[in-house]
Amino acid sequence: MNDARPVGDSDLLDVRIVRKAFRSASGERADVLRDVAFTLAHGEVGAFVGPSGCGKTTMLRIIAGLDQEFDGAVARPCGAIGMVFQEPRLLPWRTVEDNVRLIAPAIDAATLGALFATLGLVTHRAHFPGELSLGLARRVALARAFAVEPKLLILDEPFTSLDHPLAARLRDELAMLVERRPVTTLLVTHDLDEAVRLADRLFLLSARPARILAAMPIRQQRAVRSEEVVASLKATIARQQRTLEA
Amino acid sequence: MLRLLSLALFFAAWLIGSTLAGPQMLPGPAAVAQAILAEARSGALFLNLGATLARVALAFALAMTLGTALGILMGRAPAADRLGDPWLLILLNLPALVVVVLAYIWGGLTETAAIAAVAVNKLPNTVVTVREGARALDPTLDEMARVFAMPRWRAFRHVVLPQLFPYLAAAARSGLSLVWKIVLVVELLGRPNGVGFEIGIAFQLFDVTRILAYALSFTAVVLAIETFLVQPLERRASRWRLRSA
Repeated sequence: MNDARPVGDSDLLDVRIVRKAFRSASGERADVLRDVAFTLAHGEVGAFVGPSGCGKTTMLRIIAGLDQEFDGAVARPCGAIGMVFQEPRLLPWRTVEDNVRLIAPAIDAATLGALFATLGLVTHRAHFPGELSLGLARRVALARAFAVEPKLLILDEPFTSLDHPLAARLRDELAMLVERRPVTTLLVTHDLDEAVRLADRLFLLSARPARILAAMPIRQQRAVRSEEVVASLKATIARQQRTLEA
Repeated sequence: MLRLLSLALFFAAWLIGSTLAGPQMLPGPAAVAQAILAEARSGALFLNLGATLARVALAFALAMTLGTALGILMGRAPAADRLGDPWLLILLNLPALVVVVLAYIWGGLTETAAIAAVAVNKLPNTVVTVREGARALDPTLDEMARVFAMPRWRAFRHVVLPQLFPYLAAAARSGLSLVWKIVLVVELLGRPNGVGFEIGIAFQLFDVTRILAYALSFTAVVLAIETFLVQPLERRASRWRLRSA
């Protein structure tokens, strides 16, 4: 029925989810996703924006291969997947450094050092996750996802429940990492600002069952998106969102 | 400090009890210490302690390994749980003495039968405890390991085992004391050496001094294992907890 294996030598992420339903406790089938189809080229950053509870996390779980029960097919680029979950999901009984090394045993000291330096984790290497703030723990999760040198990076609202300046800093660090080593990236967020600043392509999702309402490319380079550009893009998208929902 | 005080209180109570009940019924600490020394000098004490300790170690290791494997299986696979549960209930409620006697009848008065009988007594206990732990495993960490394609063994060692550790420690704690008590019964009924065998002889002679000498010596050994092996191991494995805010 579905084929979720990585296919061939393609570097494309090709997602065709025809339908994903959950059976509720009362036995009714409720659709969560309906006709979600898109393709991301190598190095492209796709951002999904939609109302909370619309099925974004379900979509990511299917794309990551954690959920195989759906109608449709997902072709992933060959190679490792790096994922940042909504919660950091670190191993509390291992240090920061071990958390990264256990997932990416092949990483050399220099690469790891550079990664920790970029994310401001150098002084926290020997700490346990329980000693970190949420912001720091999220950075470790980011470091872990990048350390595997992924072909596909999946980010599920990676900066929620962080205060604004910190979220902005982490977002810039993420942009820097993607700029340095291009990787096909899937970002799910309910923060339009975050999406506009990071994405090459932006997808608007409907409420449940989630469909893609609109897909819009953002042609400007990430590095040169000024505040005005970001503001005007946000305004355009917000207008479109309103007309689509009406 | 409080521990020492409590220990002193124990000896004081023992002394008072011994003067009240008379040295026949309850010999004082000095007499027991003398008996221990005499047994130690003849070498019998170490021979018997060693034999018992070896049986405890073997039966304990057997029950823990097998019990952990079964516990994880039953905690993770509902079919295995439904299949194994009635067996578990039977084993849990089977008196230790029945298992021991049957093992000796079926297996003869051999070392294998003795150790197997003790292990079978401890096994269901381990299974139940570890099963509880396997049911409580965090599915979000499991997903993390799957997305990042962690090899099975590494995921088991670094993701699953640390989560099971408190349950394994609880099983080991209660296991050690349970196993050594049953080993004594096994020795009493069908072994030619060991602490249980010595206590059996002393019982026939109503030699309370000797009973206490052996019982206390072995208790000291178990206490030493607990203080110098189990507790440091636990501290090491849970240091991430101690330091967390």
